[in-house]
Amino acid sequence: MAGKTLYDKLWDAHLVRDNGDGSALIYIDRHLVHEVTSPQAFDGLRLAQRKPWRLSANLAVADHNVPTTDRSQGIADPISRAQVDALDANCAEYGITEFRMNDARQGIVHIIGPEQGATLPGMTVVCGDSHTSTHGAFGALAVGIGTSEVEHVLATQTLVQKKARNMRVTVRGAVAAGITAKDIVLAIIGNIGTAGGTGCAIEFAGEAIAALSMEGRMTVCNMAIEAGARAGMIAVDQTTIDYVRGRPFAPKGEHFDRAVAEWKHLHSDADAVFDREVLIEAASIKPQVTWGTSPEMVLPVDGRVPNPAREADATRRDGIERALRYMGLTADMPITDIVIDKVFIGSCTNARIEDLRAAAQVVEGKRIAGNVKLAMVVPGSGLVKRQAEGEGLDRIFRDAGFEWREPGCSMCLAMNADQLLPGERCASTSNRNFEGRQGQGGRTHLVSPAMAAAAAIAGHFVDVRGA
Amino acid sequence: MRAFTILSGKVLPLDRANVDTDAIIPKQYLKSIRRTGFGPFLFDDWRYLDPGTLDIDPATRRVNTDFVLNRPEHAGATILVARENFGCGSSREHAIWAIDEYGFRCVIAPSYADIFFSNSFNNGVLPVVLKPNEVQAIFEVVANDAQAEISVDLPAQQVRLPDGRAFGFEIDAGRKDKLIRGLDAIGETLLQSDAIRAYEAKRQATAPWLFA
Repeated sequence: MAGKTLYDKLWDAHLVRDNGDGSALIYIDRHLVHEVTSPQAFDGLRLAQRKPWRLSANLAVADHNVPTTDRSQGIADPISRAQVDALDANCAEYGITEFRMNDARQGIVHIIGPEQGATLPGMTVVCGDSHTSTHGAFGALAVGIGTSEVEHVLATQTLVQKKARNMRVTVRGAVAAGITAKDIVLAIIGNIGTAGGTGCAIEFAGEAIAALSMEGRMTVCNMAIEAGARAGMIAVDQTTIDYVRGRPFAPKGEHFDRAVAEWKHLHSDADAVFDREVLIEAASIKPQVTWGTSPEMVLPVDGRVPNPAREADATRRDGIERALRYMGLTADMPITDIVIDKVFIGSCTNARIEDLRAAAQVVEGKRIAGNVKLAMVVPGSGLVKRQAEGEGLDRIFRDAGFEWREPGCSMCLAMNADQLLPGERCASTSNRNFEGRQGQGGRTHLVSPAMAAAAAIAGHFVDVRGA
Repeated sequence: MRAFTILSGKVLPLDRANVDTDAIIPKQYLKSIRRTGFGPFLFDDWRYLDPGTLDIDPATRRVNTDFVLNRPEHAGATILVARENFGCGSSREHAIWAIDEYGFRCVIAPSYADIFFSNSFNNGVLPVVLKPNEVQAIFEVVANDAQAEISVDLPAQQVRLPDGRAFGFEIDAGRKDKLIRGLDAIGETLLQSDAIRAYEAKRQATAPWLFA
């Protein structure tokens, strides 16, 4: 019999019951909750007079609606405020642990889970947010869920799931100097497409993945959903264990040693068989920039914007034409000729300490270009912000003309006041370049923190390696 | 939950691939803490010419008459047909709430994003997967006659066109049964409470740190 994949092991360890109809009841170890996708779930619980099954499994934080400017006056937008107030009230009513807006531990839900050790290897982790795939970086099975499923997890500590197919993306060899986790995952999405992982759980493997820090691994798994996969994951190794050790929610003492002994099995067996395998040569990856309105519309920085005339498939040609129109770009223009208006460094993809260090290194001693109307850094959590300030990164950014903000989702999805105006073009370290994502009519180019920083200084995209 | 058996109705032909949930319902409407009220904002950025928010009455906004949803010949459609990878992106269940509330009971596409697919079932809206050429055939039928009605038969797992063509589709037995009977998913799972408790007891013995 063939060995098991990492996904198989995680699935089997959480199987409560096989329903025998293609679905199974899966136990959920950790449920992360935020203000946008939970109010209707709590209402559902109340209506049915149900209680949360296991309170200690839940951890809540407000991140999507919170302002990134001065918070001493609360939230100005009454509708955003009502949503955050609803989370506070629901957590208080049911006794769920919540980091409120002015708690130093507050931040983006996918940043604080790992930071607190609330995300552990071997866990099932769910959250009403598609970027829950981030937590798979720890050798966990982490999936984004809808609000009905949030209510289901609250009430039963389980989910009814269909087992996904096993897919492995191997990034073989070492990346060139200056190539980051963001470039790796954008190159993967460019290769397999935004539906390339649909129906699959993707395990990222290979030397280039193993060489990444936990921060980098989280960036890669974060965007598994942009490749269509509900879950992305990476095997546990010493890097994982060293990161988890000593975090507030992580096991301590003898429990930690027992946990580590179990976590060491969290990798695919050598003889495991995958339904689909993709191989990418790390050395072929260059700094990536998206040009269109889907993450798969991505090119190396030395590329040229596609010409729809060269696309044979009618639906795809139509998609390219629509994207060029929306993005205000001309076919065949060099990526490096694209001039930007704003820069956003932040989001659950790229707002960890390593991301801020990489960007600061590029901007140190320089000034943002005259055509850049706004360049902002939004740390992923209050603790990331504090650490960055301790290292003097805030000073480097401010001296270069960047704004240094409070933590939250911010302009990744523009639910708070941080938005693009119609027609504005942004170099963004976030995860989605959909039409209107960062503000109605706004134009988003996804890049790594270093590439966003280099674009801020040049005023247009440049290869950070020559900048 | 509402049951789904056989649906006969007009079709809205949304001829796009990779329709993401940001396009289905933009972020500003996610601030609502209610489960209803999203229908008027379905495809908001494509449907209206000026920007909207929760507190702007949609009736006061300029309508994009070129967008297919606003074409009078498609009024009253209950089946939404689109191209590959429908519902990609964010997990927001507001997307299916908006589709449902607008009046669609069924979506037909060659493929869907996984989270959107689950969310649809959890709201009694049937996402049917047909082959690309079969989806193309539906687009052609509607292009020839916008009033054409097609029939989606869940028990028979079949989509029937007015010209007599019928396309079979696959669906998980469990999901099909829940939809036909309109079952409450949480109530069903809670029938397994003993199995959940037994699992917890076993797991806690070997991995106590998960229950700290």
